[in-house]
Amino acid sequence: MKVTMQKPVLPVGPVHPLQEEMEYFQLTVDGEIVTDIDVRLSYNHRGIEQISETLQFDQVPFLVSRICGICSASHPLAYVQAVEELAQITPPERALYVRTIINELERIHSHILWVGLAGHFIGYETVFMWAWKYREPVLDLLEAITGNRNNYGNVKVGGCREDIDPELVPEMLKALDPIAQKMEMLTKAVLDDPILHARLKGVGILSKADAIRYAVTGPTARASGVPIDVRRDDPYAMYGDLDWNVITQEEGDVFAKAVVRLLETLEAVKIVRQALQQLPGGPVAVEVREIPPGQGVGHVEAPRGETFHYVRSDGGNRPVRHKARAPSYVNVPSFKASCIGQKMSDVMITLAAVDPCYSCTERIAVVDARHGKVLYTYEDLLRRSREETERIRERFV
Amino acid sequence: MTMNEILHNLFVMLVFPGLLFSVACGLLAVWIVRKVTALIHHRIGPPPAQPLYDVLKLLGKETLIPEAGQKVVFVLAPMLGFAGSLVLATLLWRGNLRPGQPFLGDVIGAVYLMAIPSLALILGGSASASPHAAIGTSREIKLVISYELALVLALIVALIKGVGAGATLPLSLGAMAAQTPVWSVSGMLAFLISVLCVQAKLGLVPFDIAEAETEIAGGVLIEYSGPLLALWQLMQAVCLVALPLFVVTVFLGGFGHTAAGMAGGVGKLVLVLVLLILIKNTNPRVRIDQAMKFFWFLCGPVLLAAIALAMIGRARGIGWL
Repeated sequence: MKVTMQKPVLPVGPVHPLQEEMEYFQLTVDGEIVTDIDVRLSYNHRGIEQISETLQFDQVPFLVSRICGICSASHPLAYVQAVEELAQITPPERALYVRTIINELERIHSHILWVGLAGHFIGYETVFMWAWKYREPVLDLLEAITGNRNNYGNVKVGGCREDIDPELVPEMLKALDPIAQKMEMLTKAVLDDPILHARLKGVGILSKADAIRYAVTGPTARASGVPIDVRRDDPYAMYGDLDWNVITQEEGDVFAKAVVRLLETLEAVKIVRQALQQLPGGPVAVEVREIPPGQGVGHVEAPRGETFHYVRSDGGNRPVRHKARAPSYVNVPSFKASCIGQKMSDVMITLAAVDPCYSCTERIAVVDARHGKVLYTYEDLLRRSREETERIRERFV
Repeated sequence: MTMNEILHNLFVMLVFPGLLFSVACGLLAVWIVRKVTALIHHRIGPPPAQPLYDVLKLLGKETLIPEAGQKVVFVLAPMLGFAGSLVLATLLWRGNLRPGQPFLGDVIGAVYLMAIPSLALILGGSASASPHAAIGTSREIKLVISYELALVLALIVALIKGVGAGATLPLSLGAMAAQTPVWSVSGMLAFLISVLCVQAKLGLVPFDIAEAETEIAGGVLIEYSGPLLALWQLMQAVCLVALPLFVVTVFLGGFGHTAAGMAGGVGKLVLVLVLLILIKNTNPRVRIDQAMKFFWFLCGPVLLAAIALAMIGRARGIGWL
């Protein structure tokens, strides 16, 4: 009789209370030590790029804002910048300021959301509830500008849909003070808590070399000492004209990632304040009549890192190709470098520390691994999907 | 035994202060924990009957038993745990609520009963045939090994404080309840650390390592559902009152025999409960190795020092040491 020892595998997912989305990590464990990790995603593929190619240029921003509920300003902005590049449209200055303000407010609420969730992941529910409470005034500001807490639908090719009411500006400036205060309090509370230090420092270290090797972006890279930030490296909107700093930390552990995010919220408050003070007059959009043939790229520093959109036009009213890449797509594979050899409790918070966003990242290709053959082409999948829809309809009729 | 005695014993076991009373107090304590936690979180929190609704709802749900599990152990474990917690609660309540009557049972018996819920959790988890439960079980075992030593050392401080004139150890709970060792340096240290041990025994943050929802999805309890899960919840509810009651009896002088003493006893119980809630809400979950180091290498030496202080205080007749 042949005896085989099976390595104990701890499944995290596909549905797991750690995170709110569907993800699946197979942790090979030796006692409490994780010896290997297998990352399996794509439980929530939605075919955004394909849907986008069936919509008109002006409809796409509403679609891509739904790639991610939290980055719902970054994705449309990246798309719009791609279209503006291909059509060589320059939006009015006021629109650029409004875009800057919305994107930075989004960064604040996204980072604070992560701080709360990180607290939840390590069982610190008070941090969870308090952080989310302090996030509410930020969402109120966003609602005051765009009419929505999330999925703002504000950016369009050639400018913005909603202008900031000039009467609101002084009120918004006033509302920023308590927000900044709370952010400072939260930052201090995290930096001073000895148990948080014990729990997060030296945990899930992503070295600078690994950060570069896995090409991670955003706070994940900056916490490992890689000073990349699209806002500074290739300025868009008004970032080039405002005074702010790129936050980096050298340690690369979960604590460094938390510090980077918290300090970035303070920088974001600074940016929003300047933008509101300097807000020029004038229109908030230019008229766009036609999108010529050509191609363009746009990238935006979303809260999780660089989000990249590519658009190709054949002169019609729809993009013939639209490609989106969300930051989690490059950040998630870095788990291979940061999780192996860690204790299981530490792996859980490390998995959450890149602030992963799975459904932004999902894409699908069915391949026969032995022969390297693609099994389902796009047409096959589309046909299957339509057949399934027909079956469901017949059942209801 | 006459019919009357049998009826009386049944009443004690099933109604007051046994099953019904202990469970009612436990569910009330669960509500207090949830409500105060909610207030700390700036939430509204549940209505008073919510813990009861939760249990009733679970009673109406299906019981799923894992195919690969040890079925008998899986079913018996929550019953064992619930029974153990009930005996402990009945013993402590009866002793504390009957003025003038001798306290049944001694400290060693209580420590033994207090271990049963943890052992039941270990049994249930290991019978679940789930990798999450297996890790939860191993964590629960490590946690028991961590805090039991500290708890026993803390009890030794209280025992030294209470050694009578005839040099007899005050092992009975009644003798323990007659003194308040907390009003001394060593007693205070022992009291505070015993509260932490209770925190770990109850599986509250920062020691909810064996359940750790966001890590191992409920750990030892992951496979339980329906009435069996309700039993676990009832066990935890009963323990939520019984364990603080034990601390109150041993360190804070228990319930007095007058109306004022009764009110004071309830006050002490609430005080310990509030301490537990505050610790729960101002800390993240620690890792199991951190918990072990904390209880062995921090609480251990502190308690040894407390024992030394108590002995010096006793030898020299200095009460506050």
